[in-house]
Amino acid sequence: MERTLTFSEALHEATAQEMRRDPRVFVLGQGIDDFKGFYGTTKGLVEEFGRDRILDTPLAEDGMTGVAIGAAMAGMRPIQTHIRMDFMLLAMNQIVNIAAKARYMYGGQVSVPLVVRGVIGRSWGQGAQHSQGLHAFFMHVPGLRVVAPTTPYDGKGLLLQSIRSDDPVIFIEHRMVHFQRGHVPEGDYTVPFGQARVLAPGRDVTLVGVSHAVVECMRARASLVEVGIEAEVIDPVSLSPMDFDTLAASVRRTGHLVVVDSSWAFCGASAEIVAGIAERLGTTNGFRFVRMGFAPTVCPTTKPLERLFYPDAADIAEQACRLLRGAASDWRPARIEAPEILEFRGPF
Amino acid sequence: MLLERLYRSLYLIRRVEEEVARVYSSDVILSPIHLSIGQEAISVAVCQALAADDVVFGSYRSHALYLAKGGDLRGMLAELYGKATGVAKGKAGSMHLLDTSVHMMGSSAVVGTTIPHAVGYALALAMRGEPRVVVSFFGEGAVEEGVFAESLNYAALKRLPVLFVCENNGYAIHTPQQARQALPDVCAKAESLGVAAECFAELDAERLYHRTSEVVAELRSGARGPVLFECHCYRWREHVGPAEDFAIGYRPRSEAEPWLAGDSLACLARKLDPTQRDAIEQQVERQIADAFRYAQDSPWPGAEELYTDLFA
Repeated sequence: MERTLTFSEALHEATAQEMRRDPRVFVLGQGIDDFKGFYGTTKGLVEEFGRDRILDTPLAEDGMTGVAIGAAMAGMRPIQTHIRMDFMLLAMNQIVNIAAKARYMYGGQVSVPLVVRGVIGRSWGQGAQHSQGLHAFFMHVPGLRVVAPTTPYDGKGLLLQSIRSDDPVIFIEHRMVHFQRGHVPEGDYTVPFGQARVLAPGRDVTLVGVSHAVVECMRARASLVEVGIEAEVIDPVSLSPMDFDTLAASVRRTGHLVVVDSSWAFCGASAEIVAGIAERLGTTNGFRFVRMGFAPTVCPTTKPLERLFYPDAADIAEQACRLLRGAASDWRPARIEAPEILEFRGPF
Repeated sequence: MLLERLYRSLYLIRRVEEEVARVYSSDVILSPIHLSIGQEAISVAVCQALAADDVVFGSYRSHALYLAKGGDLRGMLAELYGKATGVAKGKAGSMHLLDTSVHMMGSSAVVGTTIPHAVGYALALAMRGEPRVVVSFFGEGAVEEGVFAESLNYAALKRLPVLFVCENNGYAIHTPQQARQALPDVCAKAESLGVAAECFAELDAERLYHRTSEVVAELRSGARGPVLFECHCYRWREHVGPAEDFAIGYRPRSEAEPWLAGDSLACLARKLDPTQRDAIEQQVERQIADAFRYAQDSPWPGAEELYTDLFA
């Protein structure tokens, strides 16, 4: 029988398995050994591996990222956690100026095999500073791998891949992705960087979602069937490098592209995805596209405004339908509430 | 013999940097340089007290540290010249020197950035039970960066074998320390974070060597947590570039006079037998001439190097 795990259980399994396999691996982060166990992803690890390998840290994101980099340079394989991605802004100097550049600027003499896990906070009421998807900041910088897996299978395989990589990896995980359940093999496997995953086939329109947005794209696909539209859903999984070949091949067939980011559209991943596909398809093979993402404003806390801030599955389906049928299309699917958001109870 | 070793190292560094300053106007080095002239004795004394596999991290002003740690003179000059034979194939230049073969593990153009790396390296050594010591060199400007406090706090919390060496030359670019720090006492700052601190008001290479030896032995044995040395010194040349800059007016030449009079190199020279000293100087001069020739004659990196070493 197929074994299923949640995404956070998959990350837990990957971490524990790799720590058993490789004594160089350790985890550091604020509160990493507390009773919550970083959304369950590190629960019980301190009992198995001790406080020398599961390191609770002071509130010092800049310094502790540097500490992780120093340990990585010394041959260790640290995994650093940020309970919200927003805290990574305090570590930008270390990530951008050292982690990304060390191998190159030191002439290939050192590796920084560091994994930085950043959680995007959307659930309910997370507000301005606990909801941001800052992956585009990191995608901009050569020398960093940036991944945002969505399925539990990819979560485990990519975390193993990231820990074993000799390059720094920014591992982005959406709080609402933590609850996704899916098939996860018990054994050891890796998912490569730079390979997109076609989650569902379709001939009419290509839906590309980043992180949790891909879950909403799958829901949108289901409702588009009502109006006879078959959508292909692709999860890029790896944002840098990006598997443009798979994306472009899909759009070449469908001629229509909807990119939905778990962040803002302006200067974001969606702009890069559209541009990368356009570069490959050329202007002669014109395709029509729409970009979707957070409303171009600060994330409000209050529920009515928050509903407007995030595009949901109905918004995606509506946009896809308009893209195919034109602006006159007045089809609007019934609101499809995301159960992981509907059922979520705080405070985290 | 200690005196000879200190003198050889110090003489080499002083003369190399004087030569770098001399050739700089001819544009053979097309990159910023930050000279250590006047403050080299700190690196020399501390590194003489270290074992070969002890680890050092530095700042953008690290020629002295690199050479004091036993770095390759030819490789360093070729690096400054941007040549393929440089320690980092010409990609680092003067500001990002690193050489794993002598355990100099990094330097950074962004002030204070390498301080936590030293702490992290020491954490890794502690995890693996390796009795090695890490030394973090930085200027007093780095003390103002938040990462200084974060790093010292963690090193003290974990009792890591790190020696922090603050080379306090009194200026961040052109701004004096008292215009930047309400409490211009680096030792007091370190102590407030749980790190034991000692101040060296004068640049005395022999005294600094002996005290470093004692502290390093204690750190190596795991007998104590981290230590900070605040070493006062003076930058004889401009912040970046080869020249003296007293005429600009932000600091008077009179301020430099006591430091020039107390030059560490001259102090050590006076203690050495003149024949011995001449022999050292002649050897070093030949070594320097050879290294500049090597840098000059080395090839440029090929275009294919633009993309190598971005990823593993």
